Amino acid sequence: MAIVATTTKFSVYGRPVLAWIVGLLFFFPIFWLVLTSFKTDADAVKPEFLFFFTPTLDNYLNMTENYDYWRFATNSVITSVFATIFALAVGIPSAYAMAFNPSRATKDVLMWMLSTKMLPAAAVLYPMTFLTKSLGLFDTHFMVIVVLMLINLPIVIWMLFTYFKEIPKDIIEAGQMDGVNTWGEVKEILIPLAWGGIASTALLCFIFCWNEAYWTVRLTTTEAATLSKLIEGNRAPEGLFFGRLSAVSAAAVGPIVVLGWFCQKQLVQGLTFGAVK
Amino acid sequence: MGRIVLEDVTKSFGESQVIPPLNLTIEDGEFAVFVGPSGCGKSTLLRLIAGLEDTTSGKIVIDNEDATQVPPSKRGLAMVFQSYALYPHMSVRKNIAFPLRMAKMSQSEIDKKVEGAAKILNLADYLEQKPGQLSGGQRQRVAIGRAIVREPAAFLFDEPLSNLDAALRVGMRLEISELHNRLSTTMIYVTHDQVEAMTMADKIVVLRAGNIEQVGSPLDLYHTPRNIFVAGFIGSPKMNIISGPEADKLGATSVGFRPEHTDVSKTEGMWKGRVGVAEHLGSDTFIHVHDTGLADMITVRITGDIAVTHGDDIYLTPQLDKLHKFDADGLRMA
Repeated sequence: MAIVATTTKFSVYGRPVLAWIVGLLFFFPIFWLVLTSFKTDADAVKPEFLFFFTPTLDNYLNMTENYDYWRFATNSVITSVFATIFALAVGIPSAYAMAFNPSRATKDVLMWMLSTKMLPAAAVLYPMTFLTKSLGLFDTHFMVIVVLMLINLPIVIWMLFTYFKEIPKDIIEAGQMDGVNTWGEVKEILIPLAWGGIASTALLCFIFCWNEAYWTVRLTTTEAATLSKLIEGNRAPEGLFFGRLSAVSAAAVGPIVVLGWFCQKQLVQGLTFGAVK
Repeated sequence: MGRIVLEDVTKSFGESQVIPPLNLTIEDGEFAVFVGPSGCGKSTLLRLIAGLEDTTSGKIVIDNEDATQVPPSKRGLAMVFQSYALYPHMSVRKNIAFPLRMAKMSQSEIDKKVEGAAKILNLADYLEQKPGQLSGGQRQRVAIGRAIVREPAAFLFDEPLSNLDAALRVGMRLEISELHNRLSTTMIYVTHDQVEAMTMADKIVVLRAGNIEQVGSPLDLYHTPRNIFVAGFIGSPKMNIISGPEADKLGATSVGFRPEHTDVSKTEGMWKGRVGVAEHLGSDTFIHVHDTGLADMITVRITGDIAVTHGDDIYLTPQLDKLHKFDADGLRMA
């Protein structure tokens, strides 16, 4: 049977409509969050002020005054940036070795790395807490960076491995014949050729680090606390202050949403794992 | 200098031995061609010399120095890959300059050498382009340029022409031969195409299943193949090999005769057959003959044209002084 390309009514009208519905569905929580962040705590729970209310900046102003937003934000930036850098520093050589000099165990090693992501974080909560406290690393940037790096390392290595695999081995071998050492191969050939993939990986890793909450909430109190901790802290014992909570949340997700917006292309590339060349 | 000696070199991948103990010497300045059917180990052998594969045992000596454990980057050899393996993110100029830059040569010297290579290879107009913008032949030239600027001890070519179309292949074949004449540097060239081997080589190394079947000049191999395999592999169209009563009559277990060493007549001759396909090339005619009782098909080559068509009766007579006789083991009889 011949396959005929047809322009159905669905593809002209249906698809865009469906795309908009899905898009709005995903966007709605963000929209709602931002909207609520401009309401007073009292207005936030009243149905009559659903869309029409007197906007206020108090939640944001209070946030910087009362909670030291900037300290949390700085911590988030520091921990995410360094965790990403270290994850790449370990991930690039590992993925390089496995992509270009695979052994019989390579596949198993990769599967084992992935399997660590299947372990429920709660299962290692006690040993991790015990370890950090007895090492005196509780609530330190160092610990948060190490933990964020480790939990993202499997995905970083997997992604890099997939990108590196697409580089023909001949080109690396040509480099060897042209007299480069291993470091030269990585610096002169691998990184320039896989630049797009490395950037997508870094971006995704950064986002995962930024959004991480399970460990950052549990392994910090004040010194190394990130924005996740700030949000969690606003789950106030005095009751639920939706306006305030929304402002904190909006301020926490804001930077990453903006970053994601500017890097859409790389992100899509990263999430599809280089499946499409 | 580029004398390369392989001493009892073996290579195994896991359990399977692809190169059984092998000894070979390639003299300085020689154009050596490794030829054989696919899977015969010729590329593996080249990669062993390059250092891209580790030997399982044995020794590789380059210019009287044991290079067995030396990494590829330090062997002083240059390689041209079948896929060209150019650096796609660099311009032609940077591709050619790359090995020089890695050797920490001064920029002025690099520029001079790159310009020189570009002139030899007709690449001067393309220096600022990226490999992706070039045709196959131009890419191959860039790959060769990248190899020659380093003035290596030897060039290694891994089926460099097999990605090019037929016309370009003939042109590039000439260019590489000319390059060899000009540089007089050792070249090792891997191909499965016996025409390339015959036309370019000083020395042909015929390989089968990792074993060297014969080493010699193209005409040595053509005139005195050591065994049936080499006899059948070198020469185009292939040598006819017959066995059975007719071979016995000629005094051997198997007898080979080349298509061009067979006389043809429409009226009389040693063997009678029927024309299958006749290929008229103008300068030559190839006739594929069936029903001779000798083999499924006998091929003959006649200079000029002859008026035969499918189904015609034809008589064949091999030139008796040019017969190749082989014993029961398939080895050439003296």
